[in-house]
Amino acid sequence: MPPSEALVRKLDEMLPRGSSLWVDVLRNIVHRRSAIVGGAMLFCLIVTAVFAPLIATHDPEAVLIGVENVKRRSPPCIHLLGCPPDQPQHLMGVDGNVRDFFSRMVYGARLSLQIGFSTVSFAIVVGGLLIGAVSGYVGGWMDNLLMRLMDVILAFPYLLLAIAIVTVLGPGLINALLAIGIVSIPIYARVMRSSVLAIKQMDFVLADRAIGVPPTRILFRRILPNALTPLIVQGTLGIATAILDAAALSFLGLGAQPPTPEWGLMLSEERNQVFTAPHLVFFPGLAIMLTVLSFNLLGDGLRDALDPRLRHR
Amino acid sequence: MAVPVVFGVLFITFALARVIPGDPCRAILGEKATDAVCEKFIQDKGLDRPIPVQFAIYLQEIARGDFGVSFRTKQAVTEMIVERLPQTIELTIAAMIFASLLGIFLGMIAAYWANTKVDVAVMIGANIGVSMPVFWLGLMLAYVFALVLKDTPLWLPPSGRLSSGISVANLTQWWGLEPGHALYGLVSFLSNLVILNALITGNWTALGDAVKHLILPAIALGTIPMSIIARMTRSSLLEVLGLDYIRTARAKGLREIWVIFRHAMANAMLPVVTVIGLSLGSLLSGAVLTETIFGLSGVGRIMYDSITARDYGVVQGFVVVIALIYVLANLAVDLSYAVLDPRIRLD
Repeated sequence: MPPSEALVRKLDEMLPRGSSLWVDVLRNIVHRRSAIVGGAMLFCLIVTAVFAPLIATHDPEAVLIGVENVKRRSPPCIHLLGCPPDQPQHLMGVDGNVRDFFSRMVYGARLSLQIGFSTVSFAIVVGGLLIGAVSGYVGGWMDNLLMRLMDVILAFPYLLLAIAIVTVLGPGLINALLAIGIVSIPIYARVMRSSVLAIKQMDFVLADRAIGVPPTRILFRRILPNALTPLIVQGTLGIATAILDAAALSFLGLGAQPPTPEWGLMLSEERNQVFTAPHLVFFPGLAIMLTVLSFNLLGDGLRDALDPRLRHR
Repeated sequence: MAVPVVFGVLFITFALARVIPGDPCRAILGEKATDAVCEKFIQDKGLDRPIPVQFAIYLQEIARGDFGVSFRTKQAVTEMIVERLPQTIELTIAAMIFASLLGIFLGMIAAYWANTKVDVAVMIGANIGVSMPVFWLGLMLAYVFALVLKDTPLWLPPSGRLSSGISVANLTQWWGLEPGHALYGLVSFLSNLVILNALITGNWTALGDAVKHLILPAIALGTIPMSIIARMTRSSLLEVLGLDYIRTARAKGLREIWVIFRHAMANAMLPVVTVIGLSLGSLLSGAVLTETIFGLSGVGRIMYDSITARDYGVVQGFVVVIALIYVLANLAVDLSYAVLDPRIRLD
């Protein structure tokens, strides 16, 4: 038996017996190699973020001039790989302000995950739970008005709209996150609305209505929990886009401000040095790419696992 | 459907430009402008009128094709659009061609050899492509093709639109048009499409140079849509290949290539075309980043500059034009359904 199959079988055995929706979903995910790869990458990232102070070799914002004998933008020096022992070790080199680049990268993982989760939570709550759910449940003119508003937001190329919103609010990480959150509201609103529309017609909702359960209770206690699945899939994929967009805004100077160790900003600070110190551009971009990739893989796996047409296959 | 959306876009742009904090007068005339000067400035620009009146005037002007004048450079916005838009259009079209051709091709081979190593490799590549930060890919491409491959035939320029010393003719002069001629604006617009211009005037040096400059930005911008198109083509083609009529086509002895291109792709293209149309929005967004990296002064660049300088008129003008392009492109995609699938009738 190849090792990967053995791993899948082992993971499968670890899951509880029975067949509730989520156990089924987990079992499905375990059988999807891309989802496992994505999950493993994400796990490494979360560990890095949580234990950043232990993993980082230096203070991410400490300037090393006069502390160590290093030059600005010096390339990586790893003792194990033959860097002379009299030089201080810097796993990813030193940046333009003579700060340890590896430590900044490690702390950047923290920020990146926070960015992803906070923007998507905002968009899910406002777009999905408020606009989408109300629009789908109430219907009529309210539905029409809210959905036309969403159409208008979608008619803008999203990054341009995000740039415009940040200009109104003023540059800064929080405002950039808010802008990305606002721009992604329509996606969640639409996803939620369509699930609510489908569930609203089901017998158990009609039964609730017949026995006089108040509408808000029906919506929040009965319909929403059943409509969350597509929202979770969309959210996982949305984290990927949110991280990319936040990095793009920081790259344009509208997001995180120096000396924050944010990957997009780090890339932008050193982008003119791409020909002389390519490592300072290479690592942050690679980190963004891998983070986004892990969420994309996991999101795709989740979608396949949750798709009722594909279940039990 | 498209009309209310355009109206909403106009309103949001107008509103956003008005709520930008800061004083437009001092942003344009400088911090030292006196109150009296500022008052006159605000009166001249109609900024003291009630907001609804300003909006009504604004709509009237747009209907006449007048986007106003840039506060900063005193240049007419329409003129700036004629100058900048061609560059972005060229970049977007080049990226779109790259994304569609390569994406459809990769999707086809992945579907044809589904669940083999080819398929896995293409899908891994597509997943990485979707996760690619445009600005990083651009910088890395510039590093590899402009520095690592220097002095090889594969060298490509890292920035700009044409090498210094190479220029294209002005088509308005080429055809002897005077300013004020009915076609003057249109011809200046076409004249700024460097590749088209070089083709018309037969300027092969400039053509080669312009194409060379366009390759890296187009790849950087087109990679994400290319990956999405590849994934969509694969899944759509896989679905079609399992249908009975494909088995019939094979059974009657048709050449495999004919089965794929003539029979399967005809039905598999519909979702792919939708994705191509939808990716236009992300292309226009990505253009801001790509233009920043490759030193191109197209729409994305000027939008960014004008927003930071609070140049209301320019921002509004360009956003309206971009949103119109976007809405029209989606309309074109809807219409193309009828051509691609005769079962769909547009009534």
